[in-house]
Amino acid sequence: MSGGHAHHQLYLDRETAIHRLAPQCKIAAVLVFVIAVVATPRETDWPYAVYALALLGVAAVARVPALVVVRRMIVEIPFVIFALLLPIIARGPRVDVLGVSLSANGLESAFILLAKGTLGVVASILLAATTRPRDLLLGLQRLRMPETLVQIMTFMFRYVEVVLAEMTRMRIARESRGFQARHAGHLRVLANSAGALFIRSYERGERVHLAMLSRGYAGRMPVLVDVRSAPSQWAVAALLPLVAVATTAAAWVIR
Amino acid sequence: MTASLLVEELAFAYPDGHQALFGVNLAVQRGERVAVLGPNGAGKTTLVLHLNGILTGGRGTVQVAGLPVVKENLREIRRRVGIVFQDPDDQLFMPSVREDVAFGPANLGMRGPELEERVHEALALVGMAQFADRPPHHLSYGQRRRVAVATVLAMRPEILVLDEPSSNLDPASRRELADILLGLPVTILMVTHDLPYAFQLCPRSVLLDGGVIVADGSTYDLLCDTATMSAHRLELPFGFDPRSVGAPAG
Repeated sequence: MSGGHAHHQLYLDRETAIHRLAPQCKIAAVLVFVIAVVATPRETDWPYAVYALALLGVAAVARVPALVVVRRMIVEIPFVIFALLLPIIARGPRVDVLGVSLSANGLESAFILLAKGTLGVVASILLAATTRPRDLLLGLQRLRMPETLVQIMTFMFRYVEVVLAEMTRMRIARESRGFQARHAGHLRVLANSAGALFIRSYERGERVHLAMLSRGYAGRMPVLVDVRSAPSQWAVAALLPLVAVATTAAAWVIR
Repeated sequence: MTASLLVEELAFAYPDGHQALFGVNLAVQRGERVAVLGPNGAGKTTLVLHLNGILTGGRGTVQVAGLPVVKENLREIRRRVGIVFQDPDDQLFMPSVREDVAFGPANLGMRGPELEERVHEALALVGMAQFADRPPHHLSYGQRRRVAVATVLAMRPEILVLDEPSSNLDPASRRELADILLGLPVTILMVTHDLPYAFQLCPRSVLLDGGVIVADGSTYDLLCDTATMSAHRLELPFGFDPRSVGAPAG
């Protein structure tokens, strides 16, 4: 019995200049961009418009539709809720907005949190939409991320569907015996399932390790694929972080 | 001629005290195909894990083409003994078929065009060369099993050890795998509950039960020996009679 292939991919298959960039260039670019955004002085708000325009430009070149980006921004919701609470719970001078008394500091903090968070999330969405997961890992490897971390992520990428399939089979088995989570008491059953899933995954990990040892694994993964990058690729990828760094610097000077 | 595999007086108890093997003796000559039969809990998996030194520390010795399985030799032993585990999802852990097949030879220090050549050769032997760039989870179960065989063939092993090779395969995949295995120029040791499969592929069978080898001989004779079979919880599938197929020539 084999389930269908789950397609919950973030990657959008396109042929654009940004898709073609070496993954390590794109990862470094997003990282520097996010740092520049976070370093924006808190008294200014115009730089956020510049950052947003820069990201808009990237999305246009990479032909990533706005709707796709917006839909994936769901991951940000917990932060949005926190940001919306800030003006209500923060202390300090109050201002009246539509008859509700809100903290002025809180409003400002909420805006900054939302703006910075959203820019970071959109930049990551664009990175994921233009780079295959496999290439992201190769890029991280190229950027000298510690080998063990890259290995862990590589295995996660390989086994996420195996574990999801196992989870689906367990759910089907539960439901086939009439189980439906209806009240909090049923959490116990779900917790048991989660525990069983953990044990199974752990045992699979041991079997995989055994299979690796059997083929001569001695602690280091052989590097079989490498992603090279030309200086011209770095130059192209540098455009986005350059704009951001220049904007931040300008904001610090003229604040 | 040195035997591909020589197991002498092998005994082993797990750390929890459970004794799984009580003195196993087994010699497999080069080019032989031997089935290891036996009920659940007979010690089959424990035996397999001794062949490439994953489990050690008990009594007795294992030699692969004359080389003893001891710590200093593990690297070469693991090249010589290719184990294909039962669940291909355990065996195929790399992001693509090509990298998975390359994993073993790369660990032996192979690189570049030589490695490419080795990968292609192994995939061609199992008829999977055109799937080299696929991620393993996008293959059918039967295809994954074949790639799993290729991952160890790429190390040009002295002996191929298969753990339940026909499990979970549909009839066509099962037959395709049999055709592939019959065509391989390599010694095969196959652990299985699938008696017709053992009969089709292996002229010789050994029966392991209670941690010792209780029978060793032609697969045909063993399957026809109803007394021995039933004494060790082995049963032929309904409607299958080896006598209707006949003893293999030679």
